[in-house]
Amino acid sequence: MAFDKIELRDLEVWDGNFAAAQALRQAQVDVVAAYPITPSTPIVEGYAKFKSDNYIEGEFVMVESEHAAMSACIGAAAAGGRVATATSSQGLALMVETLYQASGMRLPIVLNLVNRALAAPLNVNGDHSDMYLTRDSGWIQLDAFSPQEAYDMNLIAFKVSEDHDIRLPAIVNQDGFMTSHTAQGVYPLTDDAAFEFVGTYKPMNDMLDFEHPVTHGVQTEEDWHFEHKARQHNDLMVKVPSKIDEVFADFEKLSGRKYNPVECYDMADADVAVFCLGTSVETAREVATEMRAKGIKAGVVGLRVIRPFPFMEVADALKDIKAVAVLDRSSPNGAAGAMFNEVAGSLINTDSKVLLSGYVYGLGGRDLTKANLVDLYKELQANADAGKLTTQQQQFIGVRGPKLSYL
Amino acid sequence: MLEIRWHSRAGQGAVTGAKGLADVISTTGKHVQAFAFYGSAKRGAAMTAYNRVDDSVIMNHEKYMEPDFVFVIDPALVYTSDVTINAKEDTKYIITTHLTKEELVKAQPKLAGKEVHTVDCITIANETIGRPIPNTPMLGAFMKISKMYEIDFFKESMKRILQKLPQKIIDANMIAIQRAYDEVK
Repeated sequence: MAFDKIELRDLEVWDGNFAAAQALRQAQVDVVAAYPITPSTPIVEGYAKFKSDNYIEGEFVMVESEHAAMSACIGAAAAGGRVATATSSQGLALMVETLYQASGMRLPIVLNLVNRALAAPLNVNGDHSDMYLTRDSGWIQLDAFSPQEAYDMNLIAFKVSEDHDIRLPAIVNQDGFMTSHTAQGVYPLTDDAAFEFVGTYKPMNDMLDFEHPVTHGVQTEEDWHFEHKARQHNDLMVKVPSKIDEVFADFEKLSGRKYNPVECYDMADADVAVFCLGTSVETAREVATEMRAKGIKAGVVGLRVIRPFPFMEVADALKDIKAVAVLDRSSPNGAAGAMFNEVAGSLINTDSKVLLSGYVYGLGGRDLTKANLVDLYKELQANADAGKLTTQQQQFIGVRGPKLSYL
Repeated sequence: MLEIRWHSRAGQGAVTGAKGLADVISTTGKHVQAFAFYGSAKRGAAMTAYNRVDDSVIMNHEKYMEPDFVFVIDPALVYTSDVTINAKEDTKYIITTHLTKEELVKAQPKLAGKEVHTVDCITIANETIGRPIPNTPMLGAFMKISKMYEIDFFKESMKRILQKLPQKIIDANMIAIQRAYDEVK
C-alpha cells in the first residue's frame, strides 16, 4: 500500500472528534468533501492532516458550503468511492436538501454529525436539535455516547452502509463538546484489524465503471417515485435492522464490545427508567446505580439506533416497568417531544401500562447534572407509587425562571 | 474520584495541559476525562478546563464539578473570575502569581483560610520556553503538591506527549516543569 500505517497504543486518550478522524483514516476513506463548522471541524481537519502526512490514500475536497460538501460526497459516492464527511448545526441545516438526494440515490456515505444547537439565538454547544433535522431523511442513524463509541460507530457505519443489500448512507451522532471535545480512554483496533473489519470498498452501479453505464439522480414523477420511496422504507424496516445486528455481532467478536439497537442498563428488575441519547445515557447510568443504593430500582434505556427506529426493542425494554421519563434534548416547539413521540408510538397497542412522561432538557449545552437526575428518578418513583402521573406530562429540566409544564 | 478545574485564558494551553495530564495518568491504569468550556471564546478570553480521574470507567458527563484542585494559570483570573466557585472545604489551589501567598490572599480575600500554593508559571515559561504558555509548569507544580508521580516519571511521560514539538521546545518544557516543581510554595 502506498500510505503509512500508525502504531496505536492499546489505550489512547482521544476526544470524540479525534476518535472519529482515526476511524476515517483506518477505513481509508477515498473522498472527504467538507466545510468546517464547530464542533465537528476537527474530524475533517484530522482526515486532511492524516492525508497530508501520507497516512491516507484519498482526496480532501474543499468546498464553499455544507450544501456543496454533501453534493461533492454524492458525486464521489456515485463515481464509486468510499466517502465520508462531518458537520454540525447550521451546516447540517444547509445540507438537509442533499441528505435526501444521497439516501434516495442509495449512496453509502458516512456523515459524522456532531450534535449542536440550532440558532437563533446562536449557540455552538451541544443539543440534539440538528439530529432531528435528519429524522426522516432516509439515512441510517446511530448514536455514540462516548469517544470510544464515536470510534466504534464509524467503523460499524461503513460496514452496514456499504453492504450491497443496504446501500444507504449512515449518520454517526455524538454530543457536541461533551463527546467531541472530551478526551477519554479509547481502545482502538490496529490499522489492519480495523480495515479488515470495514473491508475493501466494493462499488455498485458506479459511474466510473464505463463498461456498465448507469444513470444517477433521475427524475421519475408519479410513475415510479412512490415505488422508489417505498422500497427505501422497506429496506430500512426489513433489511437494515438485521444487518446492524449482524455487524454488531461481528464487531463484538473483534473488539469484545457489545452493542445493541437499544442499550438497557439495569432494566431487568427496574421499576423506573430514564430513556435518553448521547452522553446523558452514561450520566444516567451512574445515577441509576446510586439510586439503587437508596432503594429506588432505577434503570436506563439508551437509544443506539435512531433510524431505523427499533420499535419492538423499545417496547420490550419498557414493557415491565412502572414509569419512564423520555428526555428530549431539543425544543419540541409545540409538540410533546421528538423522542417522546417515538417512544409513545412504540408502546401503543401493547399491553404495557408504563407511565410515560416527557422532559425537555439540555438545550444549547445546558448541563444535565447528577442532581437533576436524582430529582428525576424520585419523581418517577412518585409516579410509580401513585399509579398515575403526579405531574403534568411535559416538563423542563434545568431552565431558569418559573417552572414550565404542559399537557 | 479526583477532580481538577483549570482557570485559564484561551491560548494559554489549559486544554492541552488537561489532555496531556489525562494521557499521562491513563498510562498508569486509571480512567480519565478531560474537557473544557469553550463557547465561541477567542484567544485571551477567560475559560475553564477540567480533569476527572478515577479507578473505574468515568460515566459522569455533567459539567458541574466540586474540584479537589483548582489550577489558575493566568495571574489576573483570581480577580476577574471566581476561582473558588463550587469548591469544597479542602479544595487545594495552585495559583500562578509573582506575589507571595500572603500578598495574594490580601489582594483576593476569598482565598483566606484555603490551602493556597503559589508558583510563577508565567515567568518560568517566559524564561524557559520563551513564551508565556504556563500549562506544563503548572503540571510540574501539581506533581509536587499532589505527590501523584515521581517528577522524573512525569517528565519522561510528558516527553511522549510533546514528541511532535521541536527538541529544543521539549527540552525547555522539561526545565519549566522541573523549575515549577522546585519553586512552588
